[in-house]
Formats: sequence, C-alpha cells, structure tokens
Amino acid sequence: MSPEIYTQIGSQLMWLLTAAWLLPLFGFMIEIFGGYWSPRTSKTPAYIAVGCIGTGFVLSLFALGIWVKAAEIDLLAFGGDEAHAVAHDDHAAEHEHPVAHDHDRADGHDEAHEHDEHAEAGHHEHGEDEHSEDAHGEGEHSHQDEDHHEHAVASHGHDSHAGNDPFKTAFAGTFYRLGKFGSLDVTLDWYIDGLTVLMFAMVTLIATCIHIFAIGYMSDELTEKYEDHFVHNADGSHFHRVGRFYRFFAYMSLFCFSMLGLVLAGNIFQVFVFWELVGVCSYLLIGFYVERKTASTAANKAFIMNRVGDFGFLIGLMIIWTWFGVFQFAETNPETIGEAGLFQMVRNSAGELETKGEGAEKTVVLQARQGIHKEHPVHATAATEIPYWLLVAAGLGIFAGCVGKSAQFPLQTWLPDAMEGPTPVSALVHSATMVAAGVYLVGRFYPMFTPEVLLVIAYAGCITLFVGATIAIVATDIKQVLAYSTISQLGYMMLALGVGGWLAGLFHLITHAFFKSLMFLCSGSVIHGCHHEQEMTKMGGLYKKMPITCWAMFVGVVAISGLAIPVLLVPKLGALAFSGYHSKDAIVASALTFSNLNPNHSLLFFMPLITAGITAFYMFRMWFMTFFGKPRDQHIYDHAHESPRVMTVPLIVLGFFAAFCAIGGENGPLAQLILTTEPTHLANGFESAGSVALSFPSHHQIHDNHATAGTVALLAALLGTLLAYLFYGAKLVDTDLMKRQFSGIHEFLREKWMFDELYDWMWVRPVHVVSSWAVAFDKQVLDRFLHFLSYLVVSISSWDRKFDEAVVDRIVNAVGETTFSIGRSLRVVQTGRIRQYVTFIALSVVSLFVLLFVFLPR
Amino acid sequence: MDGISLNLFLGVGALLFVCGVLCMTTKRNAIGVLMGVELVLNGANINLVAFSKYGTLGLDGQIMSLFVIVLAAAEAAVALAIVLSFYNNHRTVDVDQASELNG
Repeated sequence: MSPEIYTQIGSQLMWLLTAAWLLPLFGFMIEIFGGYWSPRTSKTPAYIAVGCIGTGFVLSLFALGIWVKAAEIDLLAFGGDEAHAVAHDDHAAEHEHPVAHDHDRADGHDEAHEHDEHAEAGHHEHGEDEHSEDAHGEGEHSHQDEDHHEHAVASHGHDSHAGNDPFKTAFAGTFYRLGKFGSLDVTLDWYIDGLTVLMFAMVTLIATCIHIFAIGYMSDELTEKYEDHFVHNADGSHFHRVGRFYRFFAYMSLFCFSMLGLVLAGNIFQVFVFWELVGVCSYLLIGFYVERKTASTAANKAFIMNRVGDFGFLIGLMIIWTWFGVFQFAETNPETIGEAGLFQMVRNSAGELETKGEGAEKTVVLQARQGIHKEHPVHATAATEIPYWLLVAAGLGIFAGCVGKSAQFPLQTWLPDAMEGPTPVSALVHSATMVAAGVYLVGRFYPMFTPEVLLVIAYAGCITLFVGATIAIVATDIKQVLAYSTISQLGYMMLALGVGGWLAGLFHLITHAFFKSLMFLCSGSVIHGCHHEQEMTKMGGLYKKMPITCWAMFVGVVAISGLAIPVLLVPKLGALAFSGYHSKDAIVASALTFSNLNPNHSLLFFMPLITAGITAFYMFRMWFMTFFGKPRDQHIYDHAHESPRVMTVPLIVLGFFAAFCAIGGENGPLAQLILTTEPTHLANGFESAGSVALSFPSHHQIHDNHATAGTVALLAALLGTLLAYLFYGAKLVDTDLMKRQFSGIHEFLREKWMFDELYDWMWVRPVHVVSSWAVAFDKQVLDRFLHFLSYLVVSISSWDRKFDEAVVDRIVNAVGETTFSIGRSLRVVQTGRIRQYVTFIALSVVSLFVLLFVFLPR
Repeated sequence: MDGISLNLFLGVGALLFVCGVLCMTTKRNAIGVLMGVELVLNGANINLVAFSKYGTLGLDGQIMSLFVIVLAAAEAAVALAIVLSFYNNHRTVDVDQASELNG
C-alpha cells in the first residue's frame, strides 16, 4: 500500500480515538473539582459526563466509518438485506439525538443546563454534518484514485511488506516516550485495529446510555442531606451524609477514560497501567456507598482478588521484558516495520511459531531478531530465541491477570460481591468495561499464546461458565442472577478464545456487552421502581406496573438465552434471532469443531451446550419471577412505578442494539469487522500444535459444523426456556417442593459452590493460624525482651534519682543556705542612719589609704 | 604665686575635705549634711586645680573641676528637693529620723 495513504488513515484514526479517549478525563477533572464547590443539587456534573462520553461516541463512530472504508468491508454483502446493514451505523448516530433531547425535556429546568445541553446537541449536529461532508469528499476522493486506494489498505501486510508482517491491517505509533532504561523503551503508544475501533464504539455507546440512565437512577443523591437506609448510627437512626452525585459521575468518567486507554494502548506495559486504573475505578465505584460495611468489604475484595491475578500479569511482563526487550505489540511504521513488536517477534510471516529443539531444550525463534523482516543491526546482547516454557509461562502470567479482571475460575468470587455498587456501575463494570478488559486482552494478546496456554484458557472458561450458570439458578437477588450470568458468559468467551474461536469469543464480548448492560439497566429500573428492593422473592407481577422495563428485559433475556426462529427464506441470514444467538452459536460451533478434532477434550463442547440450556432456564426464571405471577409482596407492588423517561430511553436504545447488533451472524457486518483483525494463523487452523498436540479448527471446519452446533444449542436453549416456563410461568411444578427434594444441592449452590468457604479455609484460616503464632512469638519473646529493657531503664533511672537527691541537690542547697545566712548576719550593719554610713565611708577610705601606704611597695 | 608650693594647696584641700566629712558625720540637720558634701567636693576641686597647675594634667584638671562644680549644683538641687519632700512627709529635716531603709 502506499505509505502516504496508510499514514494519513492512521493519523486520522489516532486523532479521533485519542480525542474520544481524553474527553472523559477532561470531564473527570471538571466534575471532581467543580462538583466539590458547586451545590450538591446541581445536575451539571452529569451533563458534563454525558457530553464528554457522548462526544466520544460520535468520534468513535467517525473512526469506525474510516475503518470500514479503509478495510474495505462490504457491509451489505451478507445476504441481500441491505436495509439492515446500512441502518446499523446510521441508527447509532440518530439515537444519540432523541436521548439528548428527552433528557433535556425531562430534567432541564435550569436554564444554564438547557443551554449546555443545546450546545452539546448543536455540537453533535455540527459533527454529523461534517461527517456527511467528509464522507462525500472521501467518496469523490476514492473515486479519483480508485486503483490506489483499493489496493492500498486491503493489501497492507500481505503484498507490500512481502511477508514482513503476519498481521492484518493495524496502525500503531507512539504518543510520548516516558523514559528509556537500557534497551527498554517505556512509551505511551497507540495501536489501532478493527478490535480497537469496535471496542471504542461499543464502550462509548454503552457508557453513554448508562450515564444517561444514571442521571435518573442516582437522582436520590441530589441533596445536601442524603439518608442511607442501609447504615445505622449507634442510636439506631439512619446515617445521613451529603449527596455524592458529582462524585459518581466523576468516577464514571474516569472509569471510561481508563477503559478506553486500555483499549487504545499500544504496548503491554501501558495496558497494565490502565488495567490498574480500571481496577482503582471499580474499587471507587463498588465502594461508592462506603459507609455500608458490605460495600467497603466488596470493594476491598474486588481489588485484592484482582491483585492476585495482577501478580501473574507482572511475572508475564518481567519475562517479556527480559527476553523480548520491548513491550510494543507491533511496529507498523512503513519505514521500520518488523524491527520490533512482540507479535512480529513470535510469529513468522505465516503467523506460526518457529521452534527449535525438543523437550526442555525447545525454543521459539524470535523472528525480528533474525533480521529477516528488514535489514537492521541486531542488538548484540538481545536474545534471538526464547525458551518455549518461558513463553508458556509468560502467556499463563498474562492470562492470570485476565482471570482476575474477567472473574474467571478460580478468582470469580469478587464479581457477585461487586453488586454492592449502584446498579449503573454494575452495568458498566459487567458489560463494557472492567470484565471486558480481560477478554479483550486475551484477544489482543492472542498471537503470544501457545497451544498449552490456550488449553488452560479453554478449561478455565469451561469451569467458569458452568459454575456461574449453576449458581444463577438458585440466586434470588435480581442483581446476583445477572452477576452470575456475567461470570458464566465470560466463561463462554474465554472458552471460545481457548478453542481457537477468536472471532466467536470477541463477537460474544460485543453482543454480551449490549444485552448485559441492557439487563442490568432493566434491573436498575426495577430496583428503582421498587424503592431499592432487590429480592425477586418479593417481586412478581411487575409487568403491569413497568411494561417498558419488562419488554426491554425480555429482549435481553431472549438475546442471552440464544433463542431463534429458523428462517429458511433468507438462507444467508440463517435465523431470525437476537444478537446472543449468533455469538453463542459461533462459540458452540467452535467448541464442537475443537472437540471433534481433539476427542480427549470433548468436555469443552458438552459443558457450554448444557450451560446454554441452563442459561435460558435461569434467565427466564428471573423474568417470570420478576414480572409475572401474583405479587409476592403487596406493599412493594402497590408502590412500584415505571421509571422516568431519562431511564427508559437508554433501555430502548440498548434494547435495539442487543437485538440487532449481530444481525447476519458470522457473515454480518459486526463479525466481518472483527474478522478484519483476526490473527492470520487462525484462518486455516493448525494441527498437532504444542507439546499437548492440539489441533485448532480452521474457519472452514467451523463453518461446516455451524448448522449442527446451531441446532443443538437452540434445542438446549428451547428446553431451558420451556422448563423455566413450566416452573415459574405456568407453575406446573411446585418449586418449594423441588427445593426441599434437592435441599443438599440447593444449599450447595446457594453457598456458591462453597468457594468463599474454600478460600476462607485455604487462605484466611492459615493466615490466622500463622498470625496466632506470630502473636505468641510477640508475646513470649519480643514483649518479654522489651519488658526487660524497660525494667532496666527504670532501675537505672531510680539509681540516678538517688544520686541526684544525695549529692547534687545537697550541694545546691548548701550554697543557697550559706548565702542566706551571710545575708542575714549582714543585716545588722544596715542601720538606715546616713551619718553612720558617711562615717563608714570616711573610715574605709582612710583605712584603705593606710593599707596602701603600709603594704604597697614604693 | 611662685612661692606657694603644691603642698599648701593640697593642705587646704585636705582641710576642706576633713571639714566636710566631719560636717556630714556630725550634723543631724539635712541641710548641714548637704553643706558638708559641698565642702568635700570643693576640697577635691582644689586638688584638681592644683594638680593642673603643678602636675602633668594641664587644662584637663580645671575642666574636671568645672564638671564637678556643675555636678555639685545639680546634686544640691536634687538633694534639696528630696529634703523638701522629706520635710513635707515628716515635718522634720533630721537625718536620724530617716532610718526606714534599715536592714
């Protein structure tokens, strides 16, 4: 491709995404400092936050447009259904407006706010105009030098670099060099490919919806005197504090900034920095109601569990630093391509690992260091090979970080506790930001993972998805059900990535983000409507009270369950289904193909299949329990109400995306977009790879199994739905009886597979034991020594006191007494008679003279 | 003047001094005591002037004596004021009555 156009597109994308990334940080600054000084009843911080993230969304959309154009994906090519495909992007832009306006109508009493809002809307309009003009101009432009352009981006990485770069189009560069330590360059980089752009669009869109929703949800905090019903003072009264509305939005903005930074980061070290920032923000937001003991403990738990994973991450970073000497993902500057970059080092031009030797001696050849990509002086001390097991260890280390962040087995226990945060936070944490980071990093770092690591990833995901789903069956807190379903769905993504279904995993990441944020916001709407009641055992029949929420939730439930109606008329469309069907279908197909190729690991197919049924069951259980049947608590039912429009509009927007974002399945625009970034070595699969001799499926093989997998997954989901209907919809089965019948299992699941108890027994108890030993040592040895020392000091000082009293004091007293007695005896001379004084003086003078004459020698 | 020796001047000065001291010690009247003081000072003055004439002091001695005269005047003024005040308080100028500062 011509380097000029490549550089031009790269810099366009970079500026757009950088602006979208930094806007929330800017918003955070204003909110956190401005909010402190402005009245607590002001909604301005929320408007600033929405404005920043909304503008970020518009910018991300432009970037997406540029990317689509550059990668030359034909979004209309998936089955004659042009209308949908075209509508996809436009809808996103249009939806921004109704939201902003509604929100204006609903809450904009303050003129200043209205003004702000209009300015914001104006900005959007302006931006869009620009966009259309831009698009127009671009169209002409591309028409003019069509040959150039066409050839350009599509061929990048294939032709022009002649095997230099095993990766599809990506743009990378450096913002700023923080420092150079020996051979290690610590820089702030950017790395933009289809995944980055798509994540930007997804995160900013969902975050915008959640921000708007939160304006309604957090309106309780708009007061100088907020009463926390969950915290009691010593005298039994409720705890009062000032409202923290501005702080909530400031943290949310910081959260978005961190997540976008993580996605934009161009090297693994920078990813780690933003990784930790995301962790801090989640800590702040989970512990938002810091006065509640449960909330502060949950925040600590989330933070500490993440640190456990990050320990592995750090080990991975150290290995990478020692052996590779760089942190950058890839070097894409047309001038210096191939000189550095982790991906270009491990993978050769065919995208494969080049190994030497066998067994413990096995090493991986670092491609860039061989000087084959480009003539360049090889660093004299730099390693040209890395031991295979160290690459495995590095991969496992990085994955350990992802385990913590994405709540995979065995570090999944923090996620349900994180429900202590306000519901919009749960929605953000569990869909677009925090937990998505782990899956995103596995996807991003995919070329670095060896087959052994992938197998670990697959099994971690497999266990997680089953554990999460089974616990969700018995959970009665509406947010807990969603939390466990998040764990389970993240397990699906990890499993897909592990079995070689890179596309399927990231596809599910995007679709899941939409329907899970939708469902969390629905649950937030329910909780808000029921005055902060979260127990489903006290709900029921809410359909009549909140129909919009109910149907929005229905969209989410159908999407996550993967229900579909097979349509034969539009063969390429496959089935009429919401987004979850397509992505879950892709995952099950990958898993099926993998287990066909590796019969030893067929568990990796059956577990997700069974869990697909369980997912449908618990999701419909939640829906039926919440919205249908008789009200279980008449008081709550009577006071329940539909949420204000500022909360329902985001639900509708997200519902639209949850339903239609994956339209066309694997041939649809979303999947095609993700495919532009897929590591090349995946397309054809590979056989007997690694020391465990795994075979990974190719696109072609997965496609062959698609129909089978889709059918069985759909059957499982339908079965689950049917069961849920029988249990909770039609009430043909007495659930209480079932509970008693299987009380053992029920109890086990209620206790969340005893993970908390297990960790308590494995880690907390031993620490207690060790600490009790330490206490004993302290008391028996250290304390005694200290007591001895202090006794010594006391006795020395008592001797010193005696010396003082006996010697020093007596000398001082004697001097004083002597002076006193001399003075007393001299009193007699002082008669007060002036004549006597004069006589004395005269006599003294005379006697002095006599003395002088007698004694002074002449 | 040439026939008169230094010793004569010193003798007059010593006489005046002794007279002054005797006056101070014997007089009970405060005014008398003051007069004694004047005698003592003037005895010293005669010595200074004599030394300036016969010794190596030069004019310094005479200037010193002028200082002493001025000082004596000031002292007399202050002392008389004290005496008056004492009289106002005690209706007497007997210095033996002024023994309140005894030890």
